[in-house]
Amino acid sequence: MRWIASRMWTFVARRLLTAAIVVFGVVTTIFVLARLTGDPVSLMIQPGMGEKDIAELRASLGLDRSIAEQYFRFLGQAIQGDFGRSPWQLTSAFGLVVERIPATLLLTATALGFSLLVALVVGGLSALFRDSLLDRAAMALVLIGQSIPSFWLGLMLILLMAVELHLLPSAGYGGWAHLVLPAFTLGLFSLARLTRLIRSELLDVLSREYVTTARSKGLPEGLVLRRHALRNIVVPIVTVLAVDFGLLMGGAVIVETVFAWPGIGRLMIQAIGQRDFPIIQAGVFMIAMLVVGINLLADLLYAWLDPRIRYS
Amino acid sequence: MRGLTRVSVTAEGGTRRSRWAIHGPAAVAFGVFVLLVIAAIGAPWLSPFDPRDGRILDSLTAPEGLGANAHLLGTDALGRDVWSGILHGARISLVVALASVAGAGLIGTAIGLLAGYFRGWTDEIVMRLVDVQMAFPFIILAITIMFILGRGLTNVIVVLIVTSWPLYARVIRAETLRLRDAEFVVAARVVGCGTARVMLRHVLPNAVTPLIVVATFAVPQMIIFEAGLSFLGVGMPAAVVSWGTLIADGRSYLDQAWWISTFPGIALMLTVLSINILGDWLRDRLDPRLRNL
Repeated sequence: MRWIASRMWTFVARRLLTAAIVVFGVVTTIFVLARLTGDPVSLMIQPGMGEKDIAELRASLGLDRSIAEQYFRFLGQAIQGDFGRSPWQLTSAFGLVVERIPATLLLTATALGFSLLVALVVGGLSALFRDSLLDRAAMALVLIGQSIPSFWLGLMLILLMAVELHLLPSAGYGGWAHLVLPAFTLGLFSLARLTRLIRSELLDVLSREYVTTARSKGLPEGLVLRRHALRNIVVPIVTVLAVDFGLLMGGAVIVETVFAWPGIGRLMIQAIGQRDFPIIQAGVFMIAMLVVGINLLADLLYAWLDPRIRYS
Repeated sequence: MRGLTRVSVTAEGGTRRSRWAIHGPAAVAFGVFVLLVIAAIGAPWLSPFDPRDGRILDSLTAPEGLGANAHLLGTDALGRDVWSGILHGARISLVVALASVAGAGLIGTAIGLLAGYFRGWTDEIVMRLVDVQMAFPFIILAITIMFILGRGLTNVIVVLIVTSWPLYARVIRAETLRLRDAEFVVAARVVGCGTARVMLRHVLPNAVTPLIVVATFAVPQMIIFEAGLSFLGVGMPAAVVSWGTLIADGRSYLDQAWWISTFPGIALMLTVLSINILGDWLRDRLDPRLRNL
């Protein structure tokens, strides 16, 4: 037993190391790319400012130093969780990002949770009643769901549910009603993908001998499904959920723009437009940490969900 | 092998059908795709109006249906014809999608081949690069690069290539890892084939099926990404008519003129849907095992 545990810790250590390298790579990339978008000082010059004022402004933002110096200073501070002050909002960039993260996480978590729930029901029924009318309708809807661009879907939902029917608010942040349209818009693609996955995985599992055995010894169908079928499709579902979490964090940028949702995505778009380097860097760091963290978690979950999986 | 497949189809369907016979949803999808290509090529001749030139007097005209000088799908705030815009937008969508898939496919394949064949450090570096890109929110990477390069057709294509090459690199790398020690590849090395020859003549041709499948499904993705970037105002310049800019234009007029955003979006959805259906069809024929790619 002990050598299995130690092998797991080696695996965790190795994965943590690669995760750190990946986050470092992401942060370095965005540091370079942000600086290529242009000079933030040129956006901040106000009428009446002389050469000296401009030079002072530049110095106060630390932009008068060489790129290498800026980079190492940035790395040194970032390790301590300090991403500098936003030159526009005049407060800690990391603080601003942390402030916005809950809204984005609420949106992505709701979207993923809702998608998983519906996908389990629809995908499950589709597999159990293969080739029935329900199955065919579900599969047609899945294809359509995978083909609707989120930003357009968002607009159409606003048009229908808010402008025409006055059922739901068209934009903004507040109670549950505000969450419905953005979460559905963001989650539809995952919903379609998960439904398809759950259907095909279930069909595969249900044709296995151990399911036939379970059925033939007279177990109720519900028990067969829970104990024998669902248990064996959890791993691929977790894999797709982890990947989709990353995709949804990206998709949230667009959905937040459409629905004026005060999450990290909108903050980032604004920051890129203003060349607000500290916010851009802090935001990308935060998203990369979340995405890498969730995938690491998924990797560790596998062994717990399926004891046959061993780390190597 | 091919004969065997044919027989099994015959046994199932009763009639003699080639496995490449196209019917059902795939046939409809193919029809839609052909119409799209016709629209893209023939846009200047098929459009009733110049999509960039509107009469301000015709501003926000509701869809008028067919008729001489009628605005089939209405006009936008500047009086520009939406239907003509959709026809011209088809060109942008197709050009962007095909060019970016070709570019990213070429680069990704080359990188994937090198990583999978040489393994070691090359592979380690390439895979970390791929990891970095996967952890990087695509849309933020794309927006940042668009801000650096500026809006425009070529730049959109460049951004899509930069952001999507890992897709192909991963697939080709996995195939190459599988093939590099296969007997026929070892045999080719033993008889003295050079490295380049082994990679291009022996490994690559056997990795081409998953590549085709990935590329097919990437086409609608690229169409959506271009529209998304243009929608956000960082893709095609506002003066160029693309489906994304049309949808963005209509956004401010949702409550007065629903048609501006609605119809270009339907065109976009039908296009993506039809290529997705064709992709499914193609994959099932080439290799159904690639379903989870």
